[in-house]
Formats: sequence, structure tokens, C-alpha cells
Amino acid sequence: MLLSRIDKPGWIFLGVLALACLVVPALNLMTAPGSALHVPTYAVSLMGKYLAYAILALSLDLVWGYCGILSLGHGAFFALGGYAMGMYLMRQIGPRGVYGNPILPDFMVFLNYKSLPWYWHGFDWFPFAAVMVLLVPGILAFVFGWLAFRSRVTGVYLSIITQAMTFALMLAFFRNDMGLGGNNGLTDFKDILGFNVQAQGTRVALFVLTALALALAYLVARFMTTSAFGKVLIAIRDAESRTRFLGYRTAHYKALAFTVSAMMAGVAGALYVPQVGIINPSEFAPANSIEAVIWVAVGGRGTLVGAALGAVLVNYAKTLLTGAMPDAWLFALGALFVVVTLFLPKGILGTLTERLGSRRAKARLPGPKPGDIPPALAEEGRGS
Amino acid sequence: MRRCLVLLLVAWCTAWCVTWALPAAAQTGSDAAYARLASDSYSDIEAGIAALATSGDPKAGAVLRALAENRLLYRPDDKALAIKDGATVTDARTGAAVGPDGLKPVRVNNRVRRAIDAALGTLNLLAPDAATRRTAADAVFKARDVAALPALDAALARETDASAKRSLQEARAAALLAKPGSPEIDRLAAVDTIQNRGDSEALGILRGLSGDAASSVRDAAARGVSAIETRQALMANVQNAWYGVSLGSVLLLAAIGLAITFGVMGIINMAHGEMVMLGAYTTYLVQELIRQRAPGLFDWSLPIAIPLAFLVAGAVGILIERTVIRHLYGRPLETLLATWGISLILQQAVRSVFGPTNREVGAPSYMSGAFDLFGLSITWGRLWIVVFAMAVFVALNLILKATSFGLKTRAVTQNRRMAAAMGIRTPWIDAFTFGLGSGIAGVAGVALSQIDNVSPNLGQGYIIDSFLVVVFGGVGNLWGTLVAALTLGVANKFLEPYAGAVLGKILLLVFIILFIQKRPRGLFALKGRAVEA
Repeated sequence: MLLSRIDKPGWIFLGVLALACLVVPALNLMTAPGSALHVPTYAVSLMGKYLAYAILALSLDLVWGYCGILSLGHGAFFALGGYAMGMYLMRQIGPRGVYGNPILPDFMVFLNYKSLPWYWHGFDWFPFAAVMVLLVPGILAFVFGWLAFRSRVTGVYLSIITQAMTFALMLAFFRNDMGLGGNNGLTDFKDILGFNVQAQGTRVALFVLTALALALAYLVARFMTTSAFGKVLIAIRDAESRTRFLGYRTAHYKALAFTVSAMMAGVAGALYVPQVGIINPSEFAPANSIEAVIWVAVGGRGTLVGAALGAVLVNYAKTLLTGAMPDAWLFALGALFVVVTLFLPKGILGTLTERLGSRRAKARLPGPKPGDIPPALAEEGRGS
Repeated sequence: MRRCLVLLLVAWCTAWCVTWALPAAAQTGSDAAYARLASDSYSDIEAGIAALATSGDPKAGAVLRALAENRLLYRPDDKALAIKDGATVTDARTGAAVGPDGLKPVRVNNRVRRAIDAALGTLNLLAPDAATRRTAADAVFKARDVAALPALDAALARETDASAKRSLQEARAAALLAKPGSPEIDRLAAVDTIQNRGDSEALGILRGLSGDAASSVRDAAARGVSAIETRQALMANVQNAWYGVSLGSVLLLAAIGLAITFGVMGIINMAHGEMVMLGAYTTYLVQELIRQRAPGLFDWSLPIAIPLAFLVAGAVGILIERTVIRHLYGRPLETLLATWGISLILQQAVRSVFGPTNREVGAPSYMSGAFDLFGLSITWGRLWIVVFAMAVFVALNLILKATSFGLKTRAVTQNRRMAAAMGIRTPWIDAFTFGLGSGIAGVAGVALSQIDNVSPNLGQGYIIDSFLVVVFGGVGNLWGTLVAALTLGVANKFLEPYAGAVLGKILLLVFIILFIQKRPRGLFALKGRAVEA
């Protein structure tokens, strides 16, 4: 039975998401703007942004928490998905741009483009753009992962070259010749599927969609990691050579997990862009990808729910702190990196479940379930 | 009252001019030139300018300058020339004051202006200062002024300064080639002279050879063109290689500390860039202190800053190792995250103390300026950085290979437990090795403060490059780091002309990513039987 694969934190997580899908739109649409219960529209978009980050964190946890691949370039997949969505939104502007060109986006008119570059074709059609949101990050991740895992680039080396990848993409997207808006990126969006992006209803709908996507991403990741396939992933994380000697083609497993994870990150980016209204090359910055890693570490790697929780918590703290004390944010973020790695290696959720588990174990004394290797124990063998 | 003043002024000026211009008035050999200038036909004016320049008239300079500034007037009736200077008008030949009746300005167009410049250049050919003569000769060379030939010959006859003489000869050669109907033998010699000059100007002259030249001259010119082109291509390559070496030594400086912490110890130190930044800020502080207390010592600011930067960055490194990193040995990915956090804290700390803006670090006198090496312009600053990078490299190698500390470091990294059994205090060696790597990064910061903006983000720009250099060169191998840094630097500079700076960098990143697929342990991997986990 598929549903039996969802553990207790998972049910709580899905319940919270379902509740958010009901309560947030209700409090936004059905209460008067002055009322104490009213959730302003900007806050709905802000929460939607957090949830998009949560999808990114979840995708990263899938590869880092379960497969031991620390990708420092997941921001690239996120941004690529975002760009695919951004291209669709740009084409929807039509003749409403500053220059009123029905085909070419404003920045192309400005840069004297005569016709649409070939890779822009098709993006005016939503299903095509939606497929590209999955395909572009997916193909990049597959090619990159297949090359890297086949030549057994692991651990730190992999982290460094994923970082180099996102850095190279950032430099590339900053170029005006790329035909993707250069420095300024893509912005000034008007419609999505015929609905005004700025409208209250659209924003609420985008929030609900993001929450649903997060739930779906969680289910996919959960089923992947609890299946036989997931067991092999965990085996690779804990002792890759041994798994290889047992006859598993570890590179294939890793490449597949990496590709699925990149596609999730792409979806996260595609949901993020219409809610914040802009996508530019700074999304590729290596610092962004590293920040996503800390969300996972804070929430607890290898727990899925924890990753999403970490993303929301850290970003909420960021919003609060950058508003109240802008100077303190980097201190706090830096300290978070140090404190979490030193004192909370299992993250918030990992530590919580461990505490609860050990208390219950004392009460009932059942043996540990087979295959339920706590990440910490597994760590000793791997050393990464 | 005002009229009185003007009258007085005119009277005074007249008196002054008359006394001053008396000897000049005696000279009348340039009358023809003056007459041609007093015209409204541009070609007449041009001819007049050339005639005046070679006439040897001492007032020629003043007249030509007045013409260039639209202050030269003429009277069409009697061809009189006058110079307007503010409110006063004086006769160009005699210097006597004249009335403004019937005078109108001599017209000037671009062709005339060029002629004036060339003529002024001719006048300068005989200037007492050798540098002025050289500049003037170059101007004639560029203008290929046939009319200047007599002046050039005159100047060459009395020239004593070697470099000015060469410039004059080149100018003469250019003029000879441009002069219609000059003899073949002269032209061949001229082609030779110009070919030896070997720059783009010379190329232009040889390519634009006038149509009436003999075939032998044209062949010589064609040979000259190809010789110059070959030479220029070679120079461009040498120049690129030098820029590449210069960039490579910057990369080497940035990466070499990391070659210790990451390469030898295996610590992923993302705060490495911030150690470089701390070194740069130490330089800034030293310079500020010297500026305030002892400005005379300014040239010593960098030698003073180097050991201080080493100590500051090294101490911070040891502190980080003792408080954070030692708890994370054996967990490289966690180390990566923790040191990234430390880098954020250090950045923000520096930003809070010194502000987010760039701080100015000055260049000592021996690092500013440039010198010319066989046509290659080399700035002293770059040269010193290359020398410094190599010195740091050699020093680090000596520390690791020739000191007891280096021996212990290598022992600990090769076999920690055996080293401990031999009585080496491994935790201290860890701390000091990390301190050494950080200190070297700080020393690099002193050099990088000379070529980069000293801002809290200084280190961020180098961290990815540094890691790629170390990984590309092969972990645990200082020579690999050297080769990788220079290779990447030179490759970058050779790609730049074809691909542009940004695309060149992207291509290199892609190349390194692919290279690591092929050789996951870098160019010079340590050979051993250890299988990765």
C-alpha cells in the first residue's frame, strides 16, 4: 500500500499543507483588509515564495540526504526552471511592452534584435513552457550527472564542479548576447494563462498551486526513497564502493536521482518566478545554492519534511532580520552554518525525532526496524 | 575714461611690439609666404603655410598659432596680414599696431588645420629640446609631409641625439616615399628604415605606397609589410603570454594557501577568500598608519604589511581551526558548510568595521609606471606580483621540504597515527599547518590589494577560481598548483581575443569540469593504493 509509506512527520506535513491551502486563501479573500485575521496579498506571495524554496530544499535533500551528493549547484536548476517560466511570461506580454512589439520582448527591441532567437520559439504556448521547465534542468542534470558519476567524481570534487557549473551559467546569463535579458533578466510580467499576475486571485491560486506542488514533490521523493530504488540510494550514500561491488551500477542510480531532483528544482523555480515577478542571473549565484544547502542542514538532512521546514524557517528568519537589522542577517546566517554543523548535525527534525524515538524506545524497547539506519551511524562509514 | 584706457593700452602695446619686433622686421625673405596666406582660397593658404614653415622666419610660429586659433586677419586690398591679440591688432610682419579697418579673418578648414599642425611640427624639428624634436619628427612621420623634407634634412644635419636622429630619419623616409618622383635608390633605403620601425604606422605607410613607385620598391615594401606583420603577430603572442603569466601568478597567489589547507590537509576551507581579504585590509591599515605617522616610510608599507598580514590571517586561521574545524575532521562536506558560515561572518564583520565601500590602497613608487622591453610594455606592478608569487611559491616549498615543521606536517598528513606514535603532537601540527595556509592567503592579500578593490567582497571573487586551480592541479601537490595556475592564466588570456573575456572564462570553467571527469584527481594526482571510500 502506497499510503503506508508515509511516516508520521509526513502526515503532519501534508496536513499542515492542506490546512494552509484552505486557511490562507480564506483569510485573504474572505476577510476585510482591516480585520485582525486578514492575510494581506503580499504575505500570500511571500509564503508562496517560501514554499517554492521548500520544494528546492526537498529536491536537494533527495540527493544530499539520501544519496550523499552534495550539490552546490542546485540553484542553477531552480533558475533554469525559472527562466523557462519567465520566457513564457515574457511572450504573454505581447504588444503591451514599452516598445509595443507584438513578438519581441522589450529588451530584444532595445538590443536591436530583428527576429526571435530560435530557442524562444514555442514559449508562447504554456504546455510547451511547462515541459521545458522539467526538461531543461532535467537534461542538464542528466548530462552533467551521467558524466560526473560515471567517472566517479564524488564528494568534495563533485561539490566543487557543481559550483563551477552554476558559476559558469551565471556568467553566461549575464551576457546580453545570450538573448535572455542579460543583467536585468526577465521581468514586467503581465499575464499567466490569461490571468493578471498581479491580481489577488491569481496570487492566491499560485500559492495554492505551490503548496500542492510541494506536497506532490514530497510524495514523489518519499516513494522514491522508501522503494527498493531508495534503499540502493541509501546504500550508495553509506558505502558506495561496497554497493558497486555488490553489482549495482551506482552511477545510473545517482544520475537518475540527480535528474529527478533537478526537475523538482526546476518546478520550484517556475513557481517562484510569477510570485516574485522577476528572474535574473543572480539566481545562479553560487552563494544561493550554498544557502539552500543550509536550509536542508537546519531542518535535518535525509528527512524530506525537515528540508521543507528548514527552508521555510530560515527564509522567515531572513525576512524578519533583514527588515529589522540588515547588518545582523549575515552574522546570523553565518552563525547558523557553524552552529548547525557543530551542534545539530541531524538538524531540527532529525534531533527531535531522535529524542522522541529514544524516549519511546525506553518505554517499549522494540528493536530498530531493518533498513532504518540513522544518518549519523551511516556517516561513520562514509566520512562525508 | 574707458576710451582713455584703451588708447593707453594700444599705445603701450605698439611701443612694446615695435621694440620687440625690430630685428624680425628686417627679415623679408618670407614675403611670398605671407602673401599667399593673405587669401581666401584654401589651397593658397595651405601652400602659404608650408612655405612659411620652411622659410626660417622666426615669427612663423606666432603667425601659425594665430592662424590655428582664428586670430590671423588679412586685408584683401593690399594683402596685409595682422594678428589679433585680445583688443589689439598688430601687423604680422612688422609687429606695428594697425587699425582694424578692412581686415577679415583668414579662413581655416580641416585641411588647413592639418597643414598648420604639420608646419608647427616642422618648426619644432629645430627646437633646442631633444624630446620636442622627437615628437615633432613623429608628427611629420605620421603626416608624411613632403614639404617638410628640406626642414628634415636641415635638422638631420645638426642632430646629435641618437633617438631623435632615428625619429628624424624615419620621418624623412616616410616623406621620401610620399614624394612623387623621388629616386628608386632613396625609396629602397626608406622602405628599409620604415620596416625597422615595425609598428602599425609603418605598416600603414608601406601599404599605402604611392602608385608611381618602381616594382623593386613595391616588392621591398611587400616584404616589409609581411615582416612587420609577422613581428606584430609574434609580439601579440608574447604580450598575451605575459598577460597570461601575470594572471596566472594572481591565481597562484590566491590558490597557494588553499593548496596547503585543501591540498595537504583536505580541509574544504570556504573562508579562504576571506583570509586574502584580511591580508588586504591589513595592508590598508598599515598604509593608513604610515600616512598619518611617518609619510616618509610609504614605500616600505608593503614590506611591513607582508609579515603583519601573515600573522593576522594566520592567527585567525589557527583560531578557526581550534574552535570549529577540529571538530569536523573526517566530515569534509560539513567543514565546507561551517567554513562558508565563517566566511559570511568575517565578511560582515569587516563590512561593519570598515564599511561596505572600497578602501584605497596606494602603490609604492617602485610599483607604479611601466617600462618598455623590446616593444613590450610591462608595468612594474605586474612584474612585482609575478616575482612575489614565485617567491611565495619557493618559500612555501622550502618550508614544507626543508624544515622540521614541514617534515612533521607531511608525516601527519601521510600517516596520522604513526606520526602521533613518533611523538608528534598532531593537533598542534594541524593547527599550525592551517595557520600557515591561512597566513599565506593573507600574504597573497597584500599583493592582491595592489590590483583589486579592497572591499569586504574581495575574497568572494577568488574562492571559486582558487578551488578550481587546486583541483585542476591535483590535490596535495604544490607544483600541480603552479602549473594549473599558469596554464589557466595563459589559456584565459589567449582565449580572450577570440571569445571575449566572459565567454573565455565560461569556456575554461566548462573545460575544467570536463577535465575533472577525465582525471578526477587533477593533473598531477598523488599515486597511491588508497581507493576512495
